[in-house]
Amino acid sequence: MNNKLQKQLLKRSKASKLERFGKTISFLALMLITVTVFAIIIFVASKGLSTFFSNHVNVIDFLTGKDWNPNVTNSKGQPEVGALPMISGSFVVTILSALLATPFAIGTAIFMNEISPHRGAKILQPVIELLVGIPSVVYGFIGLTVVVPAIRSVFGGSGFGILAGTFVLFVMILPTVTSMSVDALRSVPRYYREAALALGATQWQTIYKVVLRAATPGMLTAIVFGMARAFGEALAVQMVIGNAALLPTSLVSPASTLTSVLTTGIGNTVMGSLQNNALWSLALVLLIMSLIFNLVIRLIGRKGAMSK
Amino acid sequence: MNSKISNRIAIATLYVIASTIVVILAALLGYIIISGLPAISWHFLTSPARAFTSGGGIGIQLFNSFYLLILTMIISFPIALGAGIYLNEYAKQNWVTSLVRTSIEILSSLPSVVVGLFGFLIFVVQFGFGFSILSGAFALTFFNLPLLTRSIEEALAAVPDEQREGGLALGLSKWETVLHIIVPAALPTILTGVILSAGRIFGEAAALIFTAGQSAPALNFTDWNPFNISSPLNPMRPAETLAVHIWKINSEGIMPDAKAISSGSSAVLVISVLGFNLLARFVGHRLFKRLTAG
Repeated sequence: MNNKLQKQLLKRSKASKLERFGKTISFLALMLITVTVFAIIIFVASKGLSTFFSNHVNVIDFLTGKDWNPNVTNSKGQPEVGALPMISGSFVVTILSALLATPFAIGTAIFMNEISPHRGAKILQPVIELLVGIPSVVYGFIGLTVVVPAIRSVFGGSGFGILAGTFVLFVMILPTVTSMSVDALRSVPRYYREAALALGATQWQTIYKVVLRAATPGMLTAIVFGMARAFGEALAVQMVIGNAALLPTSLVSPASTLTSVLTTGIGNTVMGSLQNNALWSLALVLLIMSLIFNLVIRLIGRKGAMSK
Repeated sequence: MNSKISNRIAIATLYVIASTIVVILAALLGYIIISGLPAISWHFLTSPARAFTSGGGIGIQLFNSFYLLILTMIISFPIALGAGIYLNEYAKQNWVTSLVRTSIEILSSLPSVVVGLFGFLIFVVQFGFGFSILSGAFALTFFNLPLLTRSIEEALAAVPDEQREGGLALGLSKWETVLHIIVPAALPTILTGVILSAGRIFGEAAALIFTAGQSAPALNFTDWNPFNISSPLNPMRPAETLAVHIWKINSEGIMPDAKAISSGSSAVLVISVLGFNLLARFVGHRLFKRLTAG
């Protein structure tokens, strides 16, 4: 009898079992996400590195070679897998579109938050929110039917190329960078502005010397975030860039990016062949760049937090 | 006086920049809607696509998009809810938590092509699912999980701590408090997040071209047995979605009215995303009112 009671008291209650069950289930869900991330990195890395380990392509040759033609072997008996045209194409469109988008995004963010908050909230905010959600293929299609013909009629040539890609990416990342910049400005305390205005600063002096300085880390994060998005964007760029794996010589000649070669190539190669492995190496470059962008965002965040 | 003049110049410049942006964005939206609307008709929305002749529709693609969206949500919502609950209610401040947070951040910033390629490698090739709705739904789940988890976590964090204390004081366990008090209180915000992420999934294409495939076999809309190959519900059939369709016909389409079909499809996509946005606002607002009697 005594033993039975003891057993009953020492046994886990129903509620505590349920508690354990719930905690475990939710923990497993979280672990699933983490494991997935590691699996993605490991799988892409192992596939991408096999170009170098099983096909014995030199890493330096891969990163700096100018000829992308995986079906052909060159004079040294090595396959022609120089990824420089795609890597430079990706960097050029990313940097150009970020350079173009930054002044517009920050200007609009200042307008929305500092100069005309009412109009900002009524007109700009909803439009920008909607544009963040527009699918990238739609941007690509607009680029194909509006931007490419416009470039063709102004500069001649086919119209496909870096410039078209830049314009499409500019419009694409603009809403994202703008709304993140607005958040950065919004997090600047109101008394900063009041203090500056009380000292006799004009509105522009307040914005330029106080608000923008305080919001710099947030703005930088917004720009890097936009660049990461531009770098990883695939279909919209692929539709307008012309898809020629050549080193970009001018802004209006056909070029290619890492993502554009991946989307057009993966379906046409055989799993495990060199042609296929070389594409996975491009995916690995893309992955590493995305990790670097992530790291930069973290560093900016940490630095911004310290200076406060 | 100098600073006053520069003040004027600067503010005028900001006005110019802001109005340029409004013009660009309004022109973009206007162009999509105006060039697309004439192509949209009941026939266009319901009939199957044609490869070589004009007059095809987007019926199958539209169905595929919605089916894939629902399947993705069924898979990703429980996982995101569990992860969000753990992160907000149970997680301690230690290296495991910060590792998990970092990996979620990494996943959210991965290019969608990379996610699609991973899905291709794992589900299409390794697991032998082939180009199928199921492979696509798993790929979209990876793509969707980080944002959905974050929005659920934020929704839970916005519930005041008094609610938790109330539950615990009544003798409920932590899990019961979360399940019966915190989640219902956060439901309007959670739903808003779900609908907004639905808009994102609906337009995603890059992660799908190598997982859900680029072909849309004919469907028999009278056959609802999920095990038949021509049934719309069969998760193992290849399924080109609307967004993939736009990309496909623009890069290799040969039908004579490719442009009209793309314009129409783009308008349908944008209107759907707009619809999701409005729905998110409406549902959040309405549900909040009902649940709080406010």
